[in-house]
Amino acid sequence: MKKLLGKSLTIVAVLLAAVSFLPPAATAKAETIKIGAILAVTGPASFLGGPEARTLEMLVEEVNAKGGIDGNKVELIIKDSGASPEKAISFAKQLIEEEKVFAIIGPSTSGETMKIKNIAEEGKTILLSCAAAQVIVNPVAKYVFKTPQKDSDAVRKIYGAMKDKGISKIAVLAGNTGFGKAGKGQLTEIAPEYGIEIVEAEVYDSKATDLSAVVSKLMANKAIEAVVNWSIVPAQGILAKNMRQAGWEVPLYQSHGFGNIKYVKAGGAAAEGIIFPAGRLLAPELLEDGHPQKALLIEYTKAYESKYNEPVSTFGGHAYDAFKILSAAISKAGPDPEKARDAIENLKNFPGTGGIFSFSPEDHNGLDIDAFAMWTVKDGQFVPYKQ
Amino acid sequence: MAALQYVTWQLPMTSELFLQYIFAGLTYGIIYAIVAIGFNIIYNTTGIINFAQGEFVMLGGMIAISLNPLMPLPLAIVLAVLITMMVGALIEIVFIRWLDKPSVLRLIIITIGISILIREAALHIWGEGIRSLPYFIGNEVSSVSILGTRISPQVLWVMGVCTVMVILLSLFFRYTLMGQKMQACAANRTAATLCGINTRNMVTLSFMLSAGIGALAGCVMSPITYTQYDGGTGLAIKGFTVAIMGGLGNSMGAVAAGLLLGLLEAFSVSVLPLAFQDAISISILLVILFVRPHGLFGRRDTAALKEF
Amino acid sequence: MKRFLPLLALLALVISIQLLTQWTGTTYYLTQLTMSGYYAVVIIGLCLLMGYAGQISLGHAGFFAIGGYMSAMLTTRNLISFQNQDWVVLLDKFGLLAARQDLYGEAILAFQPWLAALIAIVLAGTIALIIGIPVLKLKGHYLAMATLGFGIIVYRVFLASEIFGEADGISGVPGFPLLPGVIVTGSFGARVGNYYIAWTLVIVAMVMLINLINSRVGRALRAIHGAEEAANAMGIDTARYKLKTFVLSAVLAAVAGVFLTHYNGGIGPSEAGVMKSVRYVALVAVGGMANLWGALIMGVTLNFLSLRGFFGSYDDAVFGAILIVIMLFAPEGLLRLNLAAKLKKLFSGGSRK
Repeated sequence: MKKLLGKSLTIVAVLLAAVSFLPPAATAKAETIKIGAILAVTGPASFLGGPEARTLEMLVEEVNAKGGIDGNKVELIIKDSGASPEKAISFAKQLIEEEKVFAIIGPSTSGETMKIKNIAEEGKTILLSCAAAQVIVNPVAKYVFKTPQKDSDAVRKIYGAMKDKGISKIAVLAGNTGFGKAGKGQLTEIAPEYGIEIVEAEVYDSKATDLSAVVSKLMANKAIEAVVNWSIVPAQGILAKNMRQAGWEVPLYQSHGFGNIKYVKAGGAAAEGIIFPAGRLLAPELLEDGHPQKALLIEYTKAYESKYNEPVSTFGGHAYDAFKILSAAISKAGPDPEKARDAIENLKNFPGTGGIFSFSPEDHNGLDIDAFAMWTVKDGQFVPYKQ
Repeated sequence: MAALQYVTWQLPMTSELFLQYIFAGLTYGIIYAIVAIGFNIIYNTTGIINFAQGEFVMLGGMIAISLNPLMPLPLAIVLAVLITMMVGALIEIVFIRWLDKPSVLRLIIITIGISILIREAALHIWGEGIRSLPYFIGNEVSSVSILGTRISPQVLWVMGVCTVMVILLSLFFRYTLMGQKMQACAANRTAATLCGINTRNMVTLSFMLSAGIGALAGCVMSPITYTQYDGGTGLAIKGFTVAIMGGLGNSMGAVAAGLLLGLLEAFSVSVLPLAFQDAISISILLVILFVRPHGLFGRRDTAALKEF
Repeated sequence: MKRFLPLLALLALVISIQLLTQWTGTTYYLTQLTMSGYYAVVIIGLCLLMGYAGQISLGHAGFFAIGGYMSAMLTTRNLISFQNQDWVVLLDKFGLLAARQDLYGEAILAFQPWLAALIAIVLAGTIALIIGIPVLKLKGHYLAMATLGFGIIVYRVFLASEIFGEADGISGVPGFPLLPGVIVTGSFGARVGNYYIAWTLVIVAMVMLINLINSRVGRALRAIHGAEEAANAMGIDTARYKLKTFVLSAVLAAVAGVFLTHYNGGIGPSEAGVMKSVRYVALVAVGGMANLWGALIMGVTLNFLSLRGFFGSYDDAVFGAILIVIMLFAPEGLLRLNLAAKLKKLFSGGSRK
């Protein structure tokens, strides 16, 4: 037994010593800009982190092929958090202290972002989150920004459309992810402004494979005039199917998380007529010529779809915006993090996939309600929604 | 508990709603039962719980979806089931067969490792997106009317196929020589060996069989539930729970426990928030387990066998 | 006293690693070493339960999470809007509340971290005691399922409860002042100190467990593991010993949960998930089951690599592969492998050809 302990200690010693002797991460060459990314490439939020990581890889490749940002080559370090906050925390510290990155893009989920908000702030490192929840930028932290549109604006857009239709009693469904949680909060808070009453509210598991029981329950409540579903998970399609199969014909509104043609395909005939707010990435060719977003949307769509052979999603777009905003700031202010931060804060009328960004010291999101348009599904395609 | 403040009694419910819950519960329940039977088949011949059982369901669906564009749907499903059976056999041959008197816990950890590996491999092969087979009849909005409630025809497919599987399996174990040999293995491995049964082959066969039924279930449920690389884990957990509740090794017990869990989940929606669904249904199962420590239909003496 | 020599060696190692990182300017390694130290406390506690008492628990992440979440909730729940109510005034008068300002200037009045930690740990222990009585009557797979079920319930309750932040979990958890000047916090300046706090906890836990294993209790546990009926017949109150071990390992998990949550500044539902529990069990198994040192080494090494993102997107896959390989080829754990002898055999066999 004693021998065993001795041996085990030798092993610990060797292992830990080996680790300690690893050379510190190679020091960056003067002209290389290191950008860290903490994304949920695997795990329960991989449908966010996957497209985000692929978008960033593509953009960095593109930029470096052109000689970098104003001649500064970009080095991208993607850390896969698997949507675990504890990993995101560890990675954030690693990227800031060890890799000394210029900025961090991500995380993909709001739970992770909230855990590292203070770390980025303490480490004085720019954080461009790809998560939606408004708490990320409220209260404003000096170094923390986010690119997805405000969920409160999405809610206002939906409630506006409902009001036009004369709908006042609704049911709210949300997935049990950070996105669903934030949306449910905003829906509840803003409802009175539009004279809307939430009659029933339910939260389902993000891995739910069937929602027919809860649909039956809601359907039995005859007061309900419309359903709002707030999630980013496959259950968006399942809900639509279960509602239509049960023969429940009230209008179904979804969040901007529905902006992925894959979900429409998965929903098939049941996706027809779903109404939801989203940016303009869904059908850029329908924009009028000369719209500031049109060219970049078409370019991103083409580049991404030809490279990865899968449709673009608004999630990848969030990472696209984060990278483009950062590059714009760097080319404006040079490779100095403090100046780049100030440059982001002063960026105005900057077109991205999510909308036209105008940041200010009070607004670290930079998007307003005009970032959204209302969409619906017709013949398996996204088309602009008209009353 | 925080949940209590949400309690709103809405009973009595209409008969229509009642039926809808019944159908929803039976659909979940029969799927859990099939996964649990997969656990039981392997448990009976080896005494281990194969935690990769859920991955068989996922693999069946994924392979059928990949094959479907190349061939008619029935053929794709048959091929997917066969391929998954091969995977099952391969797992047994590579990881289990040559171990000499392995402890149960060792085997369990190995199957957990295998389940993680299959899941990660699926992520890198098929990506993180969701996929599904087309509806066998009709499409996403079609439904049939039964006793005044409307349900998707695919639900009937799931219930039908799973029920047929359960019946065929019990006939197989009762009336075929192969089935009886496998049962002999379960009852007493040494004695079975002495009677000239190749118990090792029986173990391989049990892996193939449980992979096959898992894959078939994965195919019929795919249009309803979608198929995603990590869909197996949740099913394995529920299936394991159900297998234990029914009394390990008891397939009819698994069916009963599966339907019970499904109905509990469906009806819990009517009184409690959906967010607490799993917490509620599993609490009830645990209480039952405390009262009957060998499962609903298990016998005390068999529960004491095959410990870690 | 001899059995504590390795502990002294461990202490020396802990100190020399710190000095080494200081010397090479790589103190950032201490961040992940601190985090994996806390996870190691959960793992050695589970090792006592599984390896020595022979009781599997697939719900240990639940106890970790109860500790972490309760402490996080009590120290972040802002009572400032209730500050004029009697109960808040009363709590404040007894010095049970602490006022502070968060990073964004908002005034926060919440429970003292000491009190919060105490409540969290006592709660975890009590829950372990209550569920331990019926659960530990079960055996084998039935025990595994019951503990798994418990883990799922805990996970679901945290994930569904607004007070625990639902999917986002809780963030903005303040530091935990253990003693004046000794604060459990993740802030960059406090890294070295926190490394020592974590490893002091590891060493204290190890001392306690090694003592326990070599005492009457340890012998009783081994008797239970070997043959419960026989142990019972010999007059060992097996149920009582099993329950005590279960509660002790749950409390260790909860303590680790409290500390790591304050160190990280937050906690999320992933800490309570079933996969986390499975991971703990697997780490005990690859450490060699009844082998505290093995569990400690495997736990620290694998968690350290995982937290550094060493395997990138293949983290889970590598973990699965390690489980399989060790269980196939070294079921007694890596440390029991007589590697030197095997290599020798391999080489001498090779040279003969």
